[in-house]
Amino acid sequence: MSASAPHLQRPAVPLALARSGKETGRRAARARRLGLRSVALGYLAVLLIGPVAMIFYRTFEHGVGAVWTALMAPNAQHAFWLSLEIAAIAVPLNTVFGIGAALLLERGRFRGRAVLGLLIDLPFAISPVVVGLTLVLVYGKTGWLGGWLTENGIQVIFSVPGMVLATAVVSLPFVARETMPVLRELGTDSEQAAATLGAGPWQTFWRVTLPAIRWGVVYGVVLTTARALGEFGAVSIVSGRIEGQTQTLPLYVQDRFENFDSTGAYAAAVVLALLAFTTLVAMNLLTRRARAREAV
Amino acid sequence: MAIEARNISKRFGTFVALDDVSVTVKDGSLTALLGPSGSGKSTLLRVIAGLETPDGGRVLIGGQEMTDAPARNRGVGFVFQHYAAFKHMTVHDNVAFGLKVRRRPKAEIEERVSELLKLVRLDGLSGRYPSQLSGGQLQRMALARALAVRPQVLLLDEPFGALDVQVRAELRGWLRRLHDEIHVTTIFVTHDQEEAMEVAEQIVVMNSGRVEQTGSPRELYENPSSEFVMSFIGPVNRIGNAYLRPHDVQIVPEYGGNTTEALVKRVVHLGFEVRVELTLPDGREISAQVTRASAHELELEEGQILTVRLPSARVFEPAPGSDAPVASGA
Repeated sequence: MSASAPHLQRPAVPLALARSGKETGRRAARARRLGLRSVALGYLAVLLIGPVAMIFYRTFEHGVGAVWTALMAPNAQHAFWLSLEIAAIAVPLNTVFGIGAALLLERGRFRGRAVLGLLIDLPFAISPVVVGLTLVLVYGKTGWLGGWLTENGIQVIFSVPGMVLATAVVSLPFVARETMPVLRELGTDSEQAAATLGAGPWQTFWRVTLPAIRWGVVYGVVLTTARALGEFGAVSIVSGRIEGQTQTLPLYVQDRFENFDSTGAYAAAVVLALLAFTTLVAMNLLTRRARAREAV
Repeated sequence: MAIEARNISKRFGTFVALDDVSVTVKDGSLTALLGPSGSGKSTLLRVIAGLETPDGGRVLIGGQEMTDAPARNRGVGFVFQHYAAFKHMTVHDNVAFGLKVRRRPKAEIEERVSELLKLVRLDGLSGRYPSQLSGGQLQRMALARALAVRPQVLLLDEPFGALDVQVRAELRGWLRRLHDEIHVTTIFVTHDQEEAMEVAEQIVVMNSGRVEQTGSPRELYENPSSEFVMSFIGPVNRIGNAYLRPHDVQIVPEYGGNTTEALVKRVVHLGFEVRVELTLPDGREISAQVTRASAHELELEEGQILTVRLPSARVFEPAPGSDAPVASGA
């Protein structure tokens, strides 16, 4: 991350020089900057800001009361808590796995390292629907492990375990991919220094490596959380979409939408958007405060 | 504690980093491992520290077998070229690290940390983060951190390599004085012969994964055992198979004896010394070094023809197999 030398600050331009000559050149540069900015903002407005603003507008069009009622509906409540529950299980799992995988890929020397790297990226490449189908093929009633699971009274598909699995698979790469570049930049010097100072591998990890890479991990966790809360395709297939039982918030939004309950759909959608927004802002604030202290 | 590395060899793929290297370092001494990059000096240091596993050979520290001991059990303090600071910890916590992982009592940690910060003259900066320190301050912090756990041995890998010239010179003298104060057996790696000559009591010259020569700075300068050592330690003129230091070239007033004529090509003023670049009648170029005073006296100028005497040129026996180098990684 930001390893820029603290001494390399922009030199102060002498005022006289800044004001004299070069006025036209500066104007052209400013025009270019403005042009670039408006293109970037315009793109974002069309793709993101406009649609999101629209949803907020449509949601509160008929007042807060209707929204409140829609959100308090039992199925909406259930979907909300189920989404949180799934994220609360899948995100920690992927965090631990992601850090471990990043360490293996960056620090380990073993055969098959390249293969592991590819496998971790696979969920990015495969459509979530395919992920859902593969899980059904393995854990479904007629699937590979289906017989054994049924005999032991464990239901995976059409129930929460399957949904957690599906969510974990699609959000698998984030922590590892965000952590790896930070680990690479950190290098091995400080870990080796810790070793010569008497720290064991475990102490080195907790006291030196993890604190040094924590912002990469945090960013990965935020992305994982956002993905876990918003996942639709894979979860849609493994859940069976049973109202009030295996319906997550995104599935609930789609269900309301298909049933012409636009207030219910928009209200739930806004909740999803706010959840994502809060996560991002919280991370941003946290990161900024800690960075200001360390990497002046 | 004395350090002994016996018959160490280490390969990285096909590259031979260390080829049957043996080095002995006396208890309480200050030794430099000197050589060009790729000569294996850093690898040897890291093998002694336990940061690298040798393919063959043994490491003994204070007479104890350490070849297979992990770095944390060797009692070594290690200082890295790029400081290896713990960036998320304050200066105080960096220095306290080794004591904390050993779970020393708090009072002891505080006492030791402030003692060391005073020793490296960082006592006012204990609350700062590494990003707020200069390179010289960072390296002093790294040194304090390494010394905090009272290592038996202090190992420094190009400790001043990343610093600018002035800070370098200052830290060099300071390391020397520090060593006189605390007497911990110290090995440092450098590619700078001047640094090695100035700081170390013993120099191990390395080249292509082998030890070329070991000795005091004076021994190496006066009695180099190979042309590599001679040309690595100080400037040198090569005349056929013979080698000659520039300050041994004498500019004499009269022709006769072992003298020859030479054309002055360039006169370079280096402060107290003046380097005179000369061309001999057969076209060979050599350089002579004279003091400022004698340059003035001789009224040296470019294009002038002088008489020079070339005494005591050193001729080296070609080393066995020297025309087929084993590994030239430099």
